[in-house]
Amino acid sequence: MLLSEGDLQAIWLTLRLASIVTLILLVLGTPIAWWLARTRTRWKGLIGAVVALPLVLPPSVLGFYLLLAMGPYGLVGHLTRKLGLGPLPFTFEGLVIASVFYSLPFMVQPLQNAFESIGDRPLEVAATLRGSPLDAFFTVAVPLALPGFLTASILTFAHTVGEFGVVLMIGGNIPGVTRVASVQIYDHVEALEYTQAHHLSAIMLVFSFLVLLALYAWRPNPKKGA
Amino acid sequence: MSEIQAKFRLDWPGFSLDVDLQLPITGITALFGHSGSGKTTLLRCMAGLERAPQGRLTINGDVWQDDSHWLPTYKRPLGYVFQEASLFAHLSVMGNLRYGMKRVKDAQLVSLEQAIELLGIGHLLDRKPDLLSGGERQRVAIARALAVSPRLLLMDEPLAALDLKRKREILPYLERLHDELAIPVIYVSHSPDEVARLADYIVVMEDGRALGQGQLAEILARTDLPIRIGEEAFAIIKAVIGEVDNEWHLARLDFPGGQLWFRDPGLAVGHSVRIRILARDVSLAKQPPQKSSIQNVLHGKVEAIGGDEHPGLAIVRILIGDSRFLARLTRRAVSELDLETEQNIWIQVKSVALME
Repeated sequence: MLLSEGDLQAIWLTLRLASIVTLILLVLGTPIAWWLARTRTRWKGLIGAVVALPLVLPPSVLGFYLLLAMGPYGLVGHLTRKLGLGPLPFTFEGLVIASVFYSLPFMVQPLQNAFESIGDRPLEVAATLRGSPLDAFFTVAVPLALPGFLTASILTFAHTVGEFGVVLMIGGNIPGVTRVASVQIYDHVEALEYTQAHHLSAIMLVFSFLVLLALYAWRPNPKKGA
Repeated sequence: MSEIQAKFRLDWPGFSLDVDLQLPITGITALFGHSGSGKTTLLRCMAGLERAPQGRLTINGDVWQDDSHWLPTYKRPLGYVFQEASLFAHLSVMGNLRYGMKRVKDAQLVSLEQAIELLGIGHLLDRKPDLLSGGERQRVAIARALAVSPRLLLMDEPLAALDLKRKREILPYLERLHDELAIPVIYVSHSPDEVARLADYIVVMEDGRALGQGQLAEILARTDLPIRIGEEAFAIIKAVIGEVDNEWHLARLDFPGGQLWFRDPGLAVGHSVRIRILARDVSLAKQPPQKSSIQNVLHGKVEAIGGDEHPGLAIVRILIGDSRFLARLTRRAVSELDLETEQNIWIQVKSVALME
């Protein structure tokens, strides 16, 4: 067996984290992207910048602030204690929340681009054909933006898989709870277990390459219809 | 009241719209003007795609918007055809046609089959829009707008994005629409040919204002409008083919007030046609002309005398029965003939064109 039980656990945890984060961000990111694509207010730039922040922020900085917020003296920590949920740091749930922030731009930006490239016209057409705004969103905007949804989901998933700094700050290194694949590799290297590190790293490398290959090889028909 | 009342005011940087119109609820009404004259904006206001805060729109007494309420576009029982076909790329032709139809709750005035048949798109139903030609796409877009059984059909230069060949392909369908369905159409165009061929009623727009409005023949015969429909003045006469003379290959065109002979266009007796007579092809005489090569001589009354673009030229409007003809002559000719309104006059029509 190439992988130890700990490795398999780490991979399973990573996939679970990335799937949950992608699903949450599909629900949260879509309205944000839609709003950013359609709004004409001057707040657009500000909100856009906030959403994009995790792109440039060192993950440790993001993790540090999230840790403070979720800690017993932070705003979020206060709230979770009031609600009887207990502290979030060093839990899987805490990791999910941190990852949602961390991967937000990878969901929002491709979706925003997709919605923007649709333009106003198809929605105006839908309105002249008795489609209410919500109806038109689901029957026209979403189908037309489907390639954008796929790109955004793949990027979000892959980016969450590759997370390291935020995990260390928020989740620590608890087997089966917060020890994801990237942390497991780090542990192997620390312990000078280069063979195990090799195996896990190779899997990550192949996975990342396949994801990108799928993304680049699969191109939706660029011919804009009608 | 059986008419359309449209009153809109909009102030945008560099453009304002200010119209108050009463339009007929039957036939095709053309909004005619240069680009930037506000005709498309007016149409979008009527559709609710542009929100004019000070506006009022009633169709046959039903209020679509006024000071206190405003129906969003999807609640207005209208059909809209955009300049580009704007078909939904993710749906087949049939999917596009059914999109609006599925969402209509009130009684169907136009069945899907009727819309498909009227636009001749039965063979395209399974195709995706990107596999259609420009003309086919626009026909599907028109059928899609008809399939919602609109009480008002708004068309924004539906032919402007097409080349001449495609225009010729679609025009007959628009004429069928006009002849076979009782849906009022507001038709935005800057093309004099389209307007002359299709419109019953015209609103001439400039700088966001309506300069004039009236029946097609009436507007064409106005000698005072600062912008002209077409490069030269002409009159449109609605006529019916009354007789075909096979020996001389001529057809007699009967119109209210008289008849004209025209080379036989190959149409059956009883067929309705629109004919265009350029003002420069009409000459005037105070006496019935003798032995002239011009066969079409009609008797009427001078109705008005107006200026033309050149200071040496004048446009004279002649009423023959209920039909108005225009004649272009020099001011000197007007003076030498001593023309006055209400005067009896003979007109000679040198050439007639069928609108096709």
